[in-house]
Amino acid sequence: MSTTALSLPYSYNRTNRIFSIFLRETRYEFVRAMRTKAFSLSVIGFPVMFYLLFGVMNRGEAVHGQIVAKYLVASYAAFGVVGSALFGIGVGLAGERSSGWLELKRASPMPPLTYLAAKCVSAIAFGLIIATILCLVGTFAAGVHLSALEYLGICGVSVIGGVPFACMGLLLAMLLPANSAPGIVNLIYLPMSYCSGLWMPISLLPKWMQHAAPWLPTYHLAQLMLGIFGYAQPAQAIRHVFALLGFAMLFLGCAWMAFARSEADA
Amino acid sequence: MSAILEPIDTIPDKLWPEAKYAASSLHEVTKRYSNGVIALDRVSLELRSGDIVALLGPNGAGKSTAVKLMMGLTSPTAGEVRVFGGDPRVAGNRLRTGVMLQVGRAPEMLRVREHIEIMRGYYPRPLSSAEIVRAAGLEGIEERMFGQLSGGQKQRVLFALALAGDPDLIFLDEPTVGLDIEARRRMWAEIRSLRNRGKTVLLTTHYLEEADALADRIIVLSKGRVICEGSPAEVRATASPKSNSRDRDDSRSPLANVKLLSFHTTLSREQILTLAGVQEVEATATGVVVTTSAPESSLRELLALDPELRGLDVRSPALEDAFLALTTSE
Repeated sequence: MSTTALSLPYSYNRTNRIFSIFLRETRYEFVRAMRTKAFSLSVIGFPVMFYLLFGVMNRGEAVHGQIVAKYLVASYAAFGVVGSALFGIGVGLAGERSSGWLELKRASPMPPLTYLAAKCVSAIAFGLIIATILCLVGTFAAGVHLSALEYLGICGVSVIGGVPFACMGLLLAMLLPANSAPGIVNLIYLPMSYCSGLWMPISLLPKWMQHAAPWLPTYHLAQLMLGIFGYAQPAQAIRHVFALLGFAMLFLGCAWMAFARSEADA
Repeated sequence: MSAILEPIDTIPDKLWPEAKYAASSLHEVTKRYSNGVIALDRVSLELRSGDIVALLGPNGAGKSTAVKLMMGLTSPTAGEVRVFGGDPRVAGNRLRTGVMLQVGRAPEMLRVREHIEIMRGYYPRPLSSAEIVRAAGLEGIEERMFGQLSGGQKQRVLFALALAGDPDLIFLDEPTVGLDIEARRRMWAEIRSLRNRGKTVLLTTHYLEEADALADRIIVLSKGRVICEGSPAEVRATASPKSNSRDRDDSRSPLANVKLLSFHTTLSREQILTLAGVQEVEATATGVVVTTSAPESSLRELLALDPELRGLDVRSPALEDAFLALTTSE
């Protein structure tokens, strides 16, 4: 009677299995999120709606040499991916944690990283949908000129940007009780986005706010997005990437500590 | 022909299913939380293959802590937890376990079929979807969204998820809560069939009749310690309150033939206490309840003493009585 290693069939391949689990989890996380109309409509709807309000209304305007409607395509794409990560993972995982579903998943043989990675990819997928819709609306309704390369650049930055905010969502899920999670996430998400220049060109914000912005992770993501259009300093791009990486590490570390503490408590 | 082509993985890893092995064990496990609460205090218990074990105890006794330790969700402060010889905190060691927990809300926007498919995918040799649906009684509702199901149907889906991977060790936390009588009987039948196939089932329940009906062994926890362990009959027998010294029947085996007699009588409590085999007399609104280890002798003497005795009912002590006696005396 084997007691340690499990007697598994010879055809069993661990890497293949984990990968197919990951694909299946990702697919169903995305399907789930899409089916939850309250989530999908608002996460996709808000950036598009704000763009219609602030971007399309201001078509043709320029501030400090930057076309407002084009600037806002980038900044609302950032706004969108941050929102889908914070609400999809922050609120979603907080709910699963409080209902005991997360416990059931953890008690199963599911590899935990697979689950988190699947949620992250699903959030990024929403980010890409938002970015695509914004590019289309910008092109056809706001007279913005976008090249295919710029579109791909926006998508690429959405993918990169999803990760640190997925980590932030994870931290929030560990800290927030499920009831208050949506409210508190909004209280963090909206001011943070505003102060990073996601709602209107940052040069229009007060000087002190502009100086404080680099402390916010959304600022760095926005600058990377804007860099695709040449609206940010290209030399700084690598610094923004490192800043996002740093934030991701910070969020993960704090999430891990919060998790360990919750395990030690009754 | 197919016998030649069958892959190696159909050779069962238990060649002698009758041979008992320890599916899971706790050895001198202590669990202390950071706020000082000691949930388990040097607890040792073992789940052997082919057993249905019911873990009973009042709230706060440490049942959920013990189960969480076996599921690998938390670590012991001291002692050792083993599942199939390995540490349950490692995901790979959970490939032979299945879990059913009380979940407030499961993902509502996934269909029943999809939930089952996801859970099946975690295991190397899961049951077929059709088999899982049949075992949990989910025929006809596979395409429904989880959020649209009734409470009993949701419960059955959670049961399906526990069975999905064809596990050898299954944890069921309050499995029949919210089920109607027919669904409950069906689940009991399924649990018994799991046991008959050599699997191990650990269940926690507040329905003592369920523990009585299903369990091969009962473990009673209270305040972090095991206070009683044995078959349902043995546990029921320990409920017999301390006898008085004149009771000669107590010197026999623990499986004493204890019965509860209830009736209406004009006899006084002191008179009844002097009779053969009587251990306790309790006056209730519906008459007198007498606990006796020699029911036939007690009855003969009672009927001789009081010819007007009426409304006689003879019953076996319920597990409930044992349980209350055990846990309130702590």
